[in-house]
Amino acid sequence: MGVGIAVTNLNAWYGTNHTLQDINLNIPANHATALIGPSGCGKSTFVRCLNRMHETNPIARVTGSVRIGDLDIYEDAKPVQIRRRVGMVFQRPNPFPTMSIYDNVASGLKLNGYSNRRVLDEIVERSLKNSALWDEVKDDLKKKSGASLSGGQQQRLCIARALAVDPEVLLMDEPASALDPVSTSKIEDLIFQLKSQYTIVIVTHNMQQAARVAEKTGFFLNGRLVEFDSTHKIFTNPSDKRTEDYITGRFG
Amino acid sequence: MSTTTSDFRSRMRAVTDDAVTMLAILATLLVIAPLVAIFGYLLYRGASSVNLDFFTKIPKPPGEAGGGMANAILGSGVVLAVASLIGVPIGIGGGIFLAEFGRGTKLANTIRFTADVLNGVPSIVMGMAIYLLIVSPRHSFIPFSGHFSAFAGGVALGIMMIPTVCRTTEEMLLMVPHAVREAALGLGIPNWRSVLSITVKTASPGIITGCMLAFARIAGETAPLIFTALGNAYMSASLDKPIETLPFQIYIFALSPYEDWHRLAWAGSLVLIVLIVMAVSLVRWVTSRGVLKGNT
Repeated sequence: MGVGIAVTNLNAWYGTNHTLQDINLNIPANHATALIGPSGCGKSTFVRCLNRMHETNPIARVTGSVRIGDLDIYEDAKPVQIRRRVGMVFQRPNPFPTMSIYDNVASGLKLNGYSNRRVLDEIVERSLKNSALWDEVKDDLKKKSGASLSGGQQQRLCIARALAVDPEVLLMDEPASALDPVSTSKIEDLIFQLKSQYTIVIVTHNMQQAARVAEKTGFFLNGRLVEFDSTHKIFTNPSDKRTEDYITGRFG
Repeated sequence: MSTTTSDFRSRMRAVTDDAVTMLAILATLLVIAPLVAIFGYLLYRGASSVNLDFFTKIPKPPGEAGGGMANAILGSGVVLAVASLIGVPIGIGGGIFLAEFGRGTKLANTIRFTADVLNGVPSIVMGMAIYLLIVSPRHSFIPFSGHFSAFAGGVALGIMMIPTVCRTTEEMLLMVPHAVREAALGLGIPNWRSVLSITVKTASPGIITGCMLAFARIAGETAPLIFTALGNAYMSASLDKPIETLPFQIYIFALSPYEDWHRLAWAGSLVLIVLIVMAVSLVRWVTSRGVLKGNT
């Protein structure tokens, strides 16, 4: 079962640039939540605060609280522990280029010291099935490099890699923006299936995509969360004028 | 009129294209010409003296025909092994520190500058420094110190390897895409583990090339060995004793007044180059096996 995320008074900076200002929202467990907004509005920074990737940049700073289940991720745990519970899929597929398909999926476990071969085999198979890639790669698991797959397959490989460490939350930062329409629809189908088991947060520039996969949608603008509501409400009857202007294409 | 202008332009483009291509081909020929010339001349002068005796016998006194350079070939192997055992781990470790852990710190900048200066130290000075540090004085904490030895020769050459290995390792690590590092961090892999198992592994083809360059460079060094390995007319593989090496023996024989020794020097030069090429090819072949399909 996934857990919900409670964000309270979250502020983030890059150097002197105040990129996130007083964000408050509750992301529901076992649903997909979409974050939309124009480029540079802070939505990527926001998801990177949810697994403490934001602070890997030396000039970055965060205040406020983020609770995942009972855990305050900035108070109660180390970043590496958080990142094992909160998986991330990036904008561009980034498989480890020197590793086989199998090793890519197993990397999160292997490099954290896990080595039981039989269990690893099972987890790799289950993760690749969950990411709908198993049938396409099962014959070349250890022969082919992760980098030899097509872009769409690479992204599903990255999803499998994130799932293999058994996270509760899956963050996806524009996971389909570098992919063609067929691969995009595969990723969307996947999000649909995965959200019963995981809490999913997906950043997207594609508003149709948000409408297709997410129950809840948040609209970011200039570092602030303008509106957060059910996807249906955001796209049919938003409360804020700026949200309406954005989704009807008047700017952004 | 516009048609003729565009005809003229497109013809000019084709001519420029051909000219630049020809210049590039010419430059390439100039790059490989010296190597071909040297190798050809060595074959011409040395090939006739390369025989089984050359690889199995030690040199004969002047005036006696025959003899070989077995002791120098073995000695070069020993000294280069010691040098690589010192230069490769320290160089790679330093490069990892510069690129990953110390990036932007004052310490890293100092080390980088020092490595660049060390790279420019003349090799004869390196030999003298090692002579003054471990050949002349005896230290209880440094093995084989206090006299000329294969070990001292290996140390001198090993230190000469460090800056090249260190700087190429750093450059290669910095070329690993940021996305690959982020992927590892995003999986909750600790930074040190991600550096060793992912970043270094991704950069390993370039790091290996750097090590081979450093190896090929020191394999032909003579000057640092004059004050350290000294030379040895007999067969020896002991780290504790003076040892013969190919470049050093070539130097001695080429300067001698004896025709037989000149022939051996030519043969030695040829064998040295072939051995270096073989060592580099072997490492490339071994490390390229196990590379997966689809990798470049």
